[in-house]
Amino acid sequence: MGHDQKYVDKKYDVVGTRFNRPDGIDKVTGKARYGADASAPGQLVGRVLRSPHAHAQILKINTKKAEKLPGVKSVITFEDIPDLTGGDQGLADILENCMARGRALYDGHAVAAVAAVDEQTAAKALKLIDVKYKKLPHVTDVDEAMQESAPVIHDRIITRGVEPAPTKPSNISARTQMGYGDVDAGFAEADVIVEKTYKTEQTHQGYIEPHACLASVNPDGTAELWVTTQGHFVFRNVCASLLGLDIAKLKVTSSEIGGGFGGKTHVWAEPVALALSRKANRPVKLVMSRDEVFRATGPTSSTSIDVKMGATKDGTITAAVAEMRYQGGAFPGNWAMLACMTAFACYDIKNNKSIGWDVIVNRPKVAAYRAPSAPMAAFAVESTIDVLAKEIGVSPIDMRLKNVAREGTVAPYGPTYGPIGIEHTLQAVKDHPHMRAKLKKNQGRGVACGFWFNIGGQTCTDLNIGVDGTVNLTLGTVDVGGSRSSMAMIAAEELGIPYEQVRANIADTTSLGHNDMTEGSRGTFSSGMATVFAARDAISVLKQRAAKMWGVPEEDVVWENGQAIATGTGHGNLPPLSLQEIAAKSGRTGGPIAGHNEVTADGAGMGFASHICDVEVDPETGRSTIVRYTVVQDAGKAINPDYVEGQFQGGATQGIGWALNEEYIYGKDGCLQNPGFLDYRIPVCSDLPFIDTKILEVPNPLHPYGVRGVGETSIVPPLAAVGNAIANATGVRMTHAPMSPPRVLAAIDDQENAG
Amino acid sequence: MSNATLVSTTVNGDPVQFACPADESLMTALRNRVGLTGVKEGCGTGDCGACSITLDGDLVCSCLVLGVEAEGREVATVEGLSADGELHPLQQKFIDHAALQCGICTPGFLVAAKALLDRNPNPNETEIRYALAGNLCRCTGYDKIVHAVQDAAKEMRKKKRR
Repeated sequence: MGHDQKYVDKKYDVVGTRFNRPDGIDKVTGKARYGADASAPGQLVGRVLRSPHAHAQILKINTKKAEKLPGVKSVITFEDIPDLTGGDQGLADILENCMARGRALYDGHAVAAVAAVDEQTAAKALKLIDVKYKKLPHVTDVDEAMQESAPVIHDRIITRGVEPAPTKPSNISARTQMGYGDVDAGFAEADVIVEKTYKTEQTHQGYIEPHACLASVNPDGTAELWVTTQGHFVFRNVCASLLGLDIAKLKVTSSEIGGGFGGKTHVWAEPVALALSRKANRPVKLVMSRDEVFRATGPTSSTSIDVKMGATKDGTITAAVAEMRYQGGAFPGNWAMLACMTAFACYDIKNNKSIGWDVIVNRPKVAAYRAPSAPMAAFAVESTIDVLAKEIGVSPIDMRLKNVAREGTVAPYGPTYGPIGIEHTLQAVKDHPHMRAKLKKNQGRGVACGFWFNIGGQTCTDLNIGVDGTVNLTLGTVDVGGSRSSMAMIAAEELGIPYEQVRANIADTTSLGHNDMTEGSRGTFSSGMATVFAARDAISVLKQRAAKMWGVPEEDVVWENGQAIATGTGHGNLPPLSLQEIAAKSGRTGGPIAGHNEVTADGAGMGFASHICDVEVDPETGRSTIVRYTVVQDAGKAINPDYVEGQFQGGATQGIGWALNEEYIYGKDGCLQNPGFLDYRIPVCSDLPFIDTKILEVPNPLHPYGVRGVGETSIVPPLAAVGNAIANATGVRMTHAPMSPPRVLAAIDDQENAG
Repeated sequence: MSNATLVSTTVNGDPVQFACPADESLMTALRNRVGLTGVKEGCGTGDCGACSITLDGDLVCSCLVLGVEAEGREVATVEGLSADGELHPLQQKFIDHAALQCGICTPGFLVAAKALLDRNPNPNETEIRYALAGNLCRCTGYDKIVHAVQDAAKEMRKKKRR
């Protein structure tokens, strides 16, 4: 059934208020079951053996001793997961990342795996696997990997996007260019030009729950997988392809997910667990250690970025160029392409050019991390704008407002913006009391903007009404941060019934049609849209049944406030029929009452934010402390403001961690030196103040309730907001993130020595 | 399972026995042998606090305690927090304030927050932030967690006065 996705302004009863989440009690009592919390009869413990080398040829893997150890039920190498990818290079890369095929490409790359009756036996078995390596030259730095002299990691990689195509392979997998206008002419018009180079280090999503799954494969090719994932339907398709299973015969259930932030959109050890189970013919539970999570999953790119921007004395930016180098780990990615899409997206710059280089290094395969690639580009661009504003002598906020993107502005990546909220967020920042608060000694204030485009995608939703009038809302988008409450609120709003009457659940892959990942801030946008449509579908059934119960024509029935009302002459006096009354009679009026919707949701609304950060820098140690922080973001429509604020606060905090502390540290040997939360320091409670939030609502015209998508944008501004605040506190412009105490102290010392 | 030791202990007020190898953590024993999977493993190295429990009333990371060390001691986990079918005020306030998103860190935060309020019923914001600094949350930025603990403390003081 076709439905209209256009936004209609209306008064809401349920949407926009605050309700407790349906999974709350399970999660505060310890009952909620996450990836590692499920068990199956006869289950084995799976463990993975990983490469200790950054780059090495695998000469031989001898598993005989491990196989003979009592209690070991299966040992696998790449030979147990034959390549069935049939020329699909993307899938082949996933397969090779799951298990090395002749070459270990990074420290932590899986080489073999075992399944045994208990943890002790599995650990012992790993030690009995004898792997003969021949170390190969490695490269882990993005700039070094682009040099002619760098060891080439994949002979097959010829840079895409370069004309004519290079004749020799290199570590540069792709060049991307976006933008429009004539940047040379733009710079010629400029009174001031600023050119700077930035570096950002690699960070991890840092979800507290390690990857975990429980796999069970039967000899007839039927299989089940319980897994912590952001998208069990996609995991099903990928795992079925890699293992040669039929999609319908692999049932994947998404557990409660203990954080993902993009890192659980990628398949890692799940095919390995399935292969172990297939060989052992028993269920296998595979839970990664934190060390494995850091060394072999996630992270986001480290980058090196040149930015050049020019402006006239009145603050108009006449030209902007960014050249951005992003490493994607040991496999080709499109991370620099995403940087090109986002770098200048907050502004209307008539001459702009973004060039991206996607680079391969000996590090784990890069995964999406919350607005992937945007925070680094924003760090470079938003820092440069502050420098430019200072040189011209205008306030950083006025400089941004002067050049801000509006409805009708052409985005650097092509589309023309509809109604967007960047100007609103900047104006709200300018008017915010935070901007007028007094700063103390050694404190500085910074402002920065951020953009994420948001996506829609394939979505399928069922809505079933019980005979007592309660409603099961069956969703396929994994709930990563409270979306079940938002979806139940939308269903209640649309049906005109209380929130408590709706129960939202996430279905397994055998119970609902395909749903894409919960990624790209699409959950509330697309599942929300499908929920509206499924509810409208159910309402049309409810009206038919009411018409039947009354014996009046269907077109004389309308649905208002949770009840059917007969209109028109002749039967206007009939008392309304409530949803409960209609549901109670459903067995005699045509059977169960349900609504359903499948949609490829288009028209995701772009997300924009502006952040204010106050920082205090200790000049003795270089340590920066966030003393006040405010997030202003356009949500389109906040369905449940509690969880929208939560996304703002959580994203800002991840950005603050990235800005101040978090980084992967690789040794000369190419091995990760800090694969644990002690040495990879994410923000703790005592590091932070309360994170103030302000939700703005510029409705997305292509969603029935105006929803945009709020999950990711909040991580984009903090790096630059913190950097700009440090610059204002110390007079030192930081160009290397994280701006950790040693880097800030060195920069302060350099300035003093120069001064 | 070789070299297993029989451990007699008290968990959430109930007598419990389990057998575990000498090198197994109490976290693993509680999860895999006692069935209390509310005790979460985030790191296994005492850095994240997801496995927080109290041992004779002291807050510990159960991944840093051996299973055999529970012999004769009192273990309390998140599963023992609510009594008589009612949520503990901390549990209710965490829900009311939306102080959890993914919820994996929540059991550890609740145990740590209860340990704080047991010894300091009226903590200020700084005291709350430092008491919870051993528990990592990646979703919330801690804002709503601190508010929930403040509100729960207030309610618990009110209840006590009654």
